[in-house]
Amino acid sequence: MRSTRNIVLSVLLFCGSIGVWEGVVRMFAIPPFVLPAPSQVALALWRGFSSGLYGQHLYHTLLETMLGFVVGSALGLVLGTAVALSRPVEFFLYPYIVMFQSLPKVALAPLIVVWFGLGLTSKVINAALIAFFPLLVNTMVGLRSADEERVSLTRSLAASERQIFWMLRLPNALPFVMAGLDVAMIFALIGAIVAEFVGAQQGLGMLIQSMNFNMDVSGQFSILLILSVVGLLLNRGVTMIRKRVLFWDPSEK
Amino acid sequence: MVTEAISVRSLSKLYSTRDGEVTALERISFAIEEGEFVAVVGPSGCGKSTLLKILAGLLAPSAGDAHLRGTAIAGPRRDIGVVFQGPVLFPWRTVLDNVLLPIDVQGLGRDRYLGIARDLLALVGLRDFERRYPWELSGGMQQRVAITRALVHDPAMLLMDEPFGALDAMTREHMNLELQRIWMGKKKTVFFITHSIPEAVFLADRVLVMTARPGRIVDDLRIKLPRTRALDLMTTPEFGEYTRRIRGLFNVKGGLDA
Repeated sequence: MRSTRNIVLSVLLFCGSIGVWEGVVRMFAIPPFVLPAPSQVALALWRGFSSGLYGQHLYHTLLETMLGFVVGSALGLVLGTAVALSRPVEFFLYPYIVMFQSLPKVALAPLIVVWFGLGLTSKVINAALIAFFPLLVNTMVGLRSADEERVSLTRSLAASERQIFWMLRLPNALPFVMAGLDVAMIFALIGAIVAEFVGAQQGLGMLIQSMNFNMDVSGQFSILLILSVVGLLLNRGVTMIRKRVLFWDPSEK
Repeated sequence: MVTEAISVRSLSKLYSTRDGEVTALERISFAIEEGEFVAVVGPSGCGKSTLLKILAGLLAPSAGDAHLRGTAIAGPRRDIGVVFQGPVLFPWRTVLDNVLLPIDVQGLGRDRYLGIARDLLALVGLRDFERRYPWELSGGMQQRVAITRALVHDPAMLLMDEPFGALDAMTREHMNLELQRIWMGKKKTVFFITHSIPEAVFLADRVLVMTARPGRIVDDLRIKLPRTRALDLMTTPEFGEYTRRIRGLFNVKGGLDA
């Protein structure tokens, strides 16, 4: 797919759609509080970054996202391992985890902000709560999916269950864990933004809220643009790590 | 009295399934001496894999007892090497690291065994492949890695469960010659399961013939063919005599799948 022709085509397609958008807004004189023209969005983007406003809020959102991602993933990894290795833990704990997961986190965010305040903590917790589930499920499935023949072979060498875990089950679960991290990264960003909507002093989510009150639609568009680019970059980051870690996995080739 | 490498007395194994109890092995008895190459031949489902799993300490028998080198089997042990039908390698380990798996598991110290592992890889013709990963190797090469892994911790005994069953006919003959060569060099006891009658006769000092449902040993045949055996041996009348006799046992008792 990555031929010169296709790249040129892709760039033309992008420029074309932006041009059509700009043309339609100008031709029908659509007011900027309904649909801003791309040039206005670009202007808002430039103003926001040059004044340092966006940079500062972006930093906070990124910090919340990354912390939420790390805390949530770690929690998912540990709980997933516990559920996979212990039948009692699965029996007594897993139903509650699933019940908790089926709650819409958006509905939970106001409570979390009430409990943990308008600062960083409530955002990290909300991001972590959303990010942890894909890791929990994937770790669980990954640890349990070790090939029976490999388990038998390792056991025939007089390996302890602990050795089978470290030498076989854990590396075997890595493709699943990495796929979980992929999802968790984006989920953490969503969790942070949702919590910022509910109540925050800083962050891009809070900025969107305040722009909404001021009818600054081009500003909102510019932040949506930032968020999607950030999401893409975070995803690429995880993918790069995954390719390095899983050089042996057929699905990476 | 000489201690036998493997001694099995009225060993039975029952599985409970939804349709009731299934007898996989019924009162099996045999003994194998140190250094002997014994092949077990039988149709699918005759319980030969179950027998191997019991000897490897992976399954407990329902009745009877099994001893390895004078001690009762009470779980997996360090003085055996096991080879399964597939190579069962770990894709995240290099060829050399795969071979060293028993050393890692048993904490024997890589430094001391690195040279041994390299010599063994050279012996099976994989000297230049130690840094490769299993998925870069052909099926036959992977299986040779598996055999090397089974030998690296210098076990007294090799248990092999249809190790060449998944290979094509040409590779299989080649592997038979290699195994014979390794065995004649190392003089380990080999317990070799197969469903190929010619393979069993070609490789073994003794062939135990099993039939299915319930799994029983119906014959214990000593193969008096001189070593080193070459592939040409398979076309001699003596060789044909042995294979005919074994095949006859199955024709009486019911079919064989190969």
